[in-house]
Amino acid sequence: MTKIMMITKEGEAFLARIQEISGEAITACDQCGTCSGSCPMASEMDITPSEMIRKTQMGQQDVLSTKAMWLCAACFACTVRCPRGIDLSKIAEALRQISLRQAVDHIDIAGIPAPERARLPQIALVGAMRKFTS
Amino acid sequence: MKPTTQTKKRRSTKRDDSPQPVHARSSRTMFPYYPGCTLKTTAQNFEDSALATAAILGIDLVEIPRWNCCGVVSSLVENDRMHHVAPLRNIIRTQEMIAERGGEIESRLVTLCSMCTNTLRRTNLFLKENPEDLEAINDYMSLEDNYEGGVEIVHFLEILRERGFDAVTNKVSNPLEGLNAAAYYGCMLLRPKDIGIDDPEDPTIQENLISALGAAVIDTPYKKMCCGSYQTVQDRYAVAELAYDILTHAQREGAEVIITACPLCAFNLDDRQKEVRERHPDFRSIPVLYFTQLMALAFGLGEDALGFELNSVDPRPLLMAKGLLAPR
Amino acid sequence: MRIGVYVCHCGGNISETVDVKAVAAAAEQRPGVVLARDYSHMCSDLGQKLILEDIKEHNLDRVVVAACSPHFQGATFMNVLETGSLSPYVFEMANIREQCAWPHFGEPETATLKSIELTNMAIAKAGLDESLNKKTMPIGKRVLVIGGGIAGIQASLDLADSGFEVHLVEKDPSIGGKMAQLSRTFPTEDCSACILSPKMADVPANPNIELLTYSEIESVEGYLGNFEVTVVRRSTYVDPDLCTACGLCEDACPVKVPSEFEVGLRDRKAIYVPFDFAVPYKYLIDESVCLRLTKGGEVCGLCQKACPKDAIDFSRKSEKIRFTVDTIVVATGYDIFDATEKKVYGYGEYKNVITALEMERMIVNGAAGTPIRPIKGRIGFIQCVGSRDEQVGNEYCSRVCCMYATKLSQLLKRSDPTREVYVFYTDLRAFGKGFEEYYKRAQTDGVKFVRGRVAELLEDPVTKSVTVKVEDTLSRQMIEAEFDLVILSVGLKPNAGTERIAEILKLTKSPDGFLQEAHPKFRPVDTLKEGIFLAGAVQGPKDIPDAVASASAAAARAVRLMNQGEFSLDPVLAYVHEDICDGCSLCVDSCLPGAISISSNVAQINETLCTGCGICIAACPLDAMDLHCYANDQLLAEVEAAISERRDGETRIIVFADDTTTYRLADNVGTGKLSYAPETRIIRVPSGTRATPALMLKALALGIDGVFVGESESKSSPYAGIGPALSRNIEQTRSILREHGIEPERVRAKEFVTIMLGGFVAQLNELTAFAENAGPVSEKKKKALKETLANGLPRAEAQVAQ
Ligand SMILES: Cc1cc2nc3c(=O)[nH]c(=O)nc-3n(C[C@H](O)[C@H](O)[C@H](O)COP(=O)(O)OP(=O)(O)OC[C@H]3O[C@@H](n4cnc5c(N)ncnc54)[C@H](O)[C@@H]3O)c2cc1C
Ligand code: SF4
Ligand code: SF4
Ligand code: SF4
Ligand code: SF4
Ligand code: SF4
Ligand code: SF4
Repeated sequence: MTKIMMITKEGEAFLARIQEISGEAITACDQCGTCSGSCPMASEMDITPSEMIRKTQMGQQDVLSTKAMWLCAACFACTVRCPRGIDLSKIAEALRQISLRQAVDHIDIAGIPAPERARLPQIALVGAMRKFTS
Repeated sequence: MKPTTQTKKRRSTKRDDSPQPVHARSSRTMFPYYPGCTLKTTAQNFEDSALATAAILGIDLVEIPRWNCCGVVSSLVENDRMHHVAPLRNIIRTQEMIAERGGEIESRLVTLCSMCTNTLRRTNLFLKENPEDLEAINDYMSLEDNYEGGVEIVHFLEILRERGFDAVTNKVSNPLEGLNAAAYYGCMLLRPKDIGIDDPEDPTIQENLISALGAAVIDTPYKKMCCGSYQTVQDRYAVAELAYDILTHAQREGAEVIITACPLCAFNLDDRQKEVRERHPDFRSIPVLYFTQLMALAFGLGEDALGFELNSVDPRPLLMAKGLLAPR
Repeated sequence: MRIGVYVCHCGGNISETVDVKAVAAAAEQRPGVVLARDYSHMCSDLGQKLILEDIKEHNLDRVVVAACSPHFQGATFMNVLETGSLSPYVFEMANIREQCAWPHFGEPETATLKSIELTNMAIAKAGLDESLNKKTMPIGKRVLVIGGGIAGIQASLDLADSGFEVHLVEKDPSIGGKMAQLSRTFPTEDCSACILSPKMADVPANPNIELLTYSEIESVEGYLGNFEVTVVRRSTYVDPDLCTACGLCEDACPVKVPSEFEVGLRDRKAIYVPFDFAVPYKYLIDESVCLRLTKGGEVCGLCQKACPKDAIDFSRKSEKIRFTVDTIVVATGYDIFDATEKKVYGYGEYKNVITALEMERMIVNGAAGTPIRPIKGRIGFIQCVGSRDEQVGNEYCSRVCCMYATKLSQLLKRSDPTREVYVFYTDLRAFGKGFEEYYKRAQTDGVKFVRGRVAELLEDPVTKSVTVKVEDTLSRQMIEAEFDLVILSVGLKPNAGTERIAEILKLTKSPDGFLQEAHPKFRPVDTLKEGIFLAGAVQGPKDIPDAVASASAAAARAVRLMNQGEFSLDPVLAYVHEDICDGCSLCVDSCLPGAISISSNVAQINETLCTGCGICIAACPLDAMDLHCYANDQLLAEVEAAISERRDGETRIIVFADDTTTYRLADNVGTGKLSYAPETRIIRVPSGTRATPALMLKALALGIDGVFVGESESKSSPYAGIGPALSRNIEQTRSILREHGIEPERVRAKEFVTIMLGGFVAQLNELTAFAENAGPVSEKKKKALKETLANGLPRAEAQVAQ
């Protein structure tokens, strides 16, 4: 089914908000795809990192319900390669922040089986909590 | 006639590692040291091997008092001063230590865990570049001393590089001849550019250490690819796939051990080999060591410093077979 | 005095932000102004007529135009004045477009206020303009062309055919440039060597061309109509008159090194001809690798023994050749981006990753029946390598790589359809004549174009095949596929030869590092230096048709100057107020070109030697030395007018901007719509050194809050010795400020190049913020400063900057 993209005022405002929170010039992205090709998690994502930006550029708020931003490992591979000097890791963080600021956690650390939890090093747990819970 | 266009040339792996004679090397040097949480628990072997090898090199790492968790990851959004408080507290502890000990201790805080390095450095840089934010944070941390911006954060590897890897070679009593070691960097040691300790696309600092210890360097382009980091908490199989790519590529290049500087990388590459095997039955395991463990081995240190029992894939059989470790 | 003032709308460019009527109304109130008008396009025919008619009808004797930068349309209006029988020098411009409307485009009120003051400043200066006459000098018909690529060849042939005397200097042993290395040329697929070699052959055959290959420019002194050139012709160790190019020496020579022409894919000997259609087709010895020439004594010498003509002479020396020319065409071309800098692609490390230039040579060698390596299986091109990439510091598009990849990919596909050929691109730019059709042909022939920039390449340690990691951004899918051969479509960048020539000729660069044209639209092949022109890729990435077009244009522009037989001299020269000068001779030593002498107790200026740098003015303790067009009283009048509309509490900063760099930099900042402190008032001066300590101090005494001096980096300044002179001026000014308890930081200076947009903005904002913080200089201190100035500044010691 082909979908029609709605261009709305709210969409513009959404873009402006993400630009503000991330501090990145999202509209300067020329959709080259370098970020996606550099991203270790891209193959796990439902939309590619560059599509995450595209949706944001076009004010498509359904980007917030995609998995991609939660799969970003903040590895900065995209950051050091973007030919337009855009820091996508900050945009992914801004998208996560918008969700987390609704006070919905993305993971439940307590729900991780105890033996697995015992195996995990502190930095993994703290890192995940910082990125996935508010 | 000079070529008008470049001709193909091989890049040498050795960079200019000439020692910088800033700090007297004759006597012992003392550095403030930040361990971070993981080095006190699952990565105790990283700390043990680091402190022991540093001591041999005449470097005393003095733990800063009352340190706290750095927060592991930096906040990546604007106007998020709160997240700089945790790293900053550790920097202020360092500032206090430097003030107390006068000139006898370096004014650079040494870290081992690359995630801590990254987080502390990022906060330090942010505060140095944004004086208004520093002022504001200083204000609401009113019970603490103001941070004056004088502390530098360095990774232990940088200290080794600046003193020259020859100094390391000089202490080698058990040269690691015949051992093929591949360095793995991951993200936090290299990226972003203004935080990393080496060229983000072509790092060589660990390779230079490996050769200094007498082992053979195995180069793999996967060495700077992310291992999945904290994603290991929510999706261990996704991380296992990354580990599989990284490890098998190194193995195809001939690697027998992987060297790393991060307890999270170590976990994802070492412990997650269990999950890798579940998905890829043909996978052959490969030991993953901290660079300091490799140093301890080459310096001929004992089990206390080596701490191999904490490694998930036991490196001892391989090392014994290679004659690099005495059979028990 | 009868001044006419014209405020231009610039078709909305200005009037959308600036209230032009208000500017005209304010101008009308100024003393000496008889009329002030606003008009939509002052530079248009009608606009020019308006001025002409007013000159006649209202007897105007001075004209002020408030419009764009004088570098944009200044010359147009000066011509109008000449047509109206006025001196072209009784004219001033207020730059309210680049300095008001554009940088302050969101703030109409600020922009209008600033425009009014800038116009007032221009009026004040015009009131003191002298009615100077144009001076002329003779010009001959001799041209130096530097660089023998296709652009240099085209320019030389055009000039020689028009009867001019051409000296073509090429640093390599043969002319031809990069075009000689190409296989075929897009979009017509002509064989590059076949269409180029007849043109190359025409060069030595033309009696009007002196061809100097294997030669480099050592120095160029002088100016339009009188450039004195010194060329070093390197020794080839082979007598070209005796050598018959039999090649026996080459067979005998034991030394093999990678051939430059074959981009290292093949070897050549130490004695060699660069390639088989080289011009001149003569052997030469590469002294850096020849055994005899590196080791000395009687080592080797096999070539000499083999030579039947006794043409080889190891004692031949390089020679210096000197000649004089009237104009210069720079055609030094480009270099390809060094792909080892883009580490993610593993060039130099991975066996199966090559550059497009290597592919050009592989195709040529393959077609000649001597293939360098098999080209089969799956082949991928990666676009924009080294271009459009902030990670390597190049933001520009290289303009030719899309089309050469389109060419190479379809040549490969057509000659062997079993090859799978992919082109990974960011945007496919097929803008030229016949390009889109050519692109379609490649697609029709089965080349697959994938929209996605390759993130990285990974070599398989065993098979050496290369994995390409890229997103197909059109299908939003990740590709990780193995390729047998990957070709990097490397971009074009400025080369080292150009770097050197730019230094020798003191030419400026645009932000991309290529040489800067005088005007991007109307003077695309002129440089800022009179009589020096640009041809080909030296000005920016170009394909062959564009390089040739620009070469013919450069030739035509040079002809236009030389055909006039004479040219007018810049009137900006020093002069002496003889009634004040007491013959102290302090100025004499300060003048580096040695233009000043003392006779009958007053200083005299030699006008052919004076460059108009203004250094001598600061040296004179009596203010007796002055400069035409930028006189002391004129600059002071501008300073006074810069606070004519100041409201209480407002800060004012005077920026003395040197015309070569800082003034143009400010234009670039305006064009880039970068905003900066609106409290700044820019005064155009030939060089920063024109702003003397006395002038800066007077400005502060008048109530200006800060003074900034912008100067060219000495590398690009047309004047000698300005760096040290400027520091002396600033130091002296600051020390007097210190003595008066005034913050010395109110006076600052910086050397710029025309691309430092951010630096310029930051410097002005910093000074303004500093002055704002410090508040105005107290009345008491200003008074004390005025007294000191009235008594004359202390005589500085004679300063010789040699
Ligand atoms: C891989 C590749 C394929 C291409 N394919 C095509 C194509 O199919 N069609 C097309 O139209 N264009 C193509 N081009 C572009 C083409 O090469 C250029 O348009 C053309 O070469 C520009 O000519 P030029 O004379 O300006 O510069 P150059 O060819 O670079 O010539 C400059 C000359 O100046 C000399 N020189 C440099 N410095 C000095 C100095 N200081 N003193 C004296 N001499 C000096 C150099 O030695 C050189 O001979 C291609 C480019 C590349 C890289
Ligand atoms: S690499 Fe940069 S420019 Fe390219 S798609 Fe990603 S964010 Fe956009
Ligand atoms: S920072 Fe996030 S989006 Fe960017 S490459 Fe790493 S995981 Fe992918
Ligand atoms: S052998 Fe002599 S004549 Fe023949 S090519 Fe060599 S130098 Fe020229
Ligand atoms: S002297 Fe020997 S090395 Fe030199 S060019 Fe002649 S043959 Fe070659
Ligand atoms: S011409 Fe094409 S390949 Fe070259 S830089 Fe421009 S867009 Fe990239
Ligand atoms: S110092 Fe400069 S302005 Fe003065 S006479 Fe000499 S060249 Fe002319």
